[in-house]
Amino acid sequence: MNYNVDEKGYYGEFGGAFIPEMLYPNVENLRQQYLKIMAEPSFKKEFDQLLKDYVGRPSPLYFAKRLSEKYNTKVYLKREDLNHTGAHKVNNTIGQILMAKRLGKTRIIAETGAGQHGVATATVCALMGMECIVYMGEIDIARQAPNVARMKMLGAEVRPALSGSRTLKDATNEAIRDWINNPVDTHYIIGSAIGPHPYPDMVTRFQSIISEEIKWQLKEKEGKENPDYVVACIGGGSNAAGTFYHFLHEREVGIIAVEAAGKGVDSGESAATSVLGKMGIIHGCKTLLMQTVDGQITEPYSISAGLDYPGVGPMHAHLYKTGRAEFIAVTDDEAMQAGMVLSKLEGIIPAIESSHAFAILETRKFKPEDVVVFNLSGRGDKDLDTYINYFKL
Amino acid sequence: MNRIHQKLQADKKILSIYFTAGYPSLNDTVKIIQDLEKNGVDLIEIGLPFSDPLADGPTIQASSTKALKNGMTTAVLFQQLKDIRKSVSIPLILMGYFNPVLQYGVEDFCRKCQEIGIDGLILPDLPLDVYQENYEAIFKKYGLVNVFLITPQTSDERIHQIDAASDGFIYMVSSASVTGSQVGFGNNQETYFKRIANMKLKNPQVVGFGISNSETFKQATNQAKGAIIGSAFIKFLTENGVDKIGDFVKGIRK
Repeated sequence: MNYNVDEKGYYGEFGGAFIPEMLYPNVENLRQQYLKIMAEPSFKKEFDQLLKDYVGRPSPLYFAKRLSEKYNTKVYLKREDLNHTGAHKVNNTIGQILMAKRLGKTRIIAETGAGQHGVATATVCALMGMECIVYMGEIDIARQAPNVARMKMLGAEVRPALSGSRTLKDATNEAIRDWINNPVDTHYIIGSAIGPHPYPDMVTRFQSIISEEIKWQLKEKEGKENPDYVVACIGGGSNAAGTFYHFLHEREVGIIAVEAAGKGVDSGESAATSVLGKMGIIHGCKTLLMQTVDGQITEPYSISAGLDYPGVGPMHAHLYKTGRAEFIAVTDDEAMQAGMVLSKLEGIIPAIESSHAFAILETRKFKPEDVVVFNLSGRGDKDLDTYINYFKL
Repeated sequence: MNRIHQKLQADKKILSIYFTAGYPSLNDTVKIIQDLEKNGVDLIEIGLPFSDPLADGPTIQASSTKALKNGMTTAVLFQQLKDIRKSVSIPLILMGYFNPVLQYGVEDFCRKCQEIGIDGLILPDLPLDVYQENYEAIFKKYGLVNVFLITPQTSDERIHQIDAASDGFIYMVSSASVTGSQVGFGNNQETYFKRIANMKLKNPQVVGFGISNSETFKQATNQAKGAIIGSAFIKFLTENGVDKIGDFVKGIRK
């Protein structure tokens, strides 16, 4: 079984490029160029250098002793929260800004939900001196004020998405419309492992540095490259894609994707796409998505803005469908409690997205000798208000 | 030969009007179609509303949102249109995004279209290669013309591919934009219109996006066979309701 993208842009039955003709020249050009550009020695050199000196990679693989004792298994944390800008998102924006330069683009657009990808995009645009416009739902702008301010300080223009539900899905629609209106000078930096081919594969490759590092770091610590399990939270699926990538074809490695159940999978307020979704088309790719029987895309819900997306990347849909990955849905409450446990036991306040992954330790039993690597995709600073309100701190 | 082919053979410039089904009110669909035909419109594109219309600007987005709120669904639209051929004889095209069609079932959708007397489909996010590989045979089985879009950025090579795959007309997007965002045409469009005209394609071209009045209609149809008006008509319905459709059409044709 192949879990990577095929030459036509599909992961099994998922993926493809379902785009209006207006986007075809840009997406097709990217499709023809991206692998060639990524393979250029000068690209690799610049990418690696920036990841090292600017982002601060490699991010540590940390053995969480107290967490391991509590749950009676060997827990490792991949510390993407220690990256510059506070999350894994910057791995991809560094890659894509270098790609955009080589494609001759001068103007960058992006979508953002919680603002992490927006900040990571604004950051690399400042670094490269490129014009940056970030689309963000009007509702998200109101509830993520610090990240909006960060983007502005970094020189980006934040444009509110006023249509639909005024959240991530609509910000993505607006970014796509911008690209239709500006087909020549603009590159669209998609932040998740979604969108038309080649985006899911390109984003996955840029994020795959996570699993690449896990391999050699684990070899140093455990004497073997492969853990028994890798675990990551999943909304669109960029941090999960990067965490899983180099283990997809290692049969002895269990892959666990943790979705946001919101107030409960059957509550009507959830973002558990693998359970609630059906095959359909969103933002240019065929994947599992939450929709009405009539094919209208519905609104997901999660306490975490980064998991609040009605679809899931096509690679993950394929991993789910084939049974290669185990999907577990975690509620708001379970995630918030897990965030508190990690804070108290390890001195690390995680992003609420990442807290979802840790929550499975309460219910999913591992053997004492199992090596379980969790991707700690982001730090919790941006979520302090939510933690404060939830725990009445 | 279906109604689209017959209409395109006529020696006149084609005026095509787009509207969103279920807007302004759920049950306006049939009246709008009948009034458009009565007032001399040549072809109608009935928009099946979608929650996430990527290629549309604010006007058509808002009409889609409202139509969905009003209760429009694929099944409701088919129900509304079931007797449309008793009163309307001009070509009718359904325009929408691919996901609602996929969920209805592509073959069921096409079969239903044939039963009703729909002549063609425009699904902007159904790409050429996927259509040819998976759906062309089904569309043809039910006598449906599939209409593809081209834009000023579309390469000559791809335009020839699209021309070869088309059997009706080519929807020529006037500029790099979503719907409803242009005011008038400039030199860029003139150059583009001429470039396409000089390609001597086998399919006639109908220009869409940016046509809002008699002047832009004339400019667009100077080289092309016809033109499509969408956002401007939706705006007109928003401001005037559905009782003065004749005024709108006369304003374009004057």
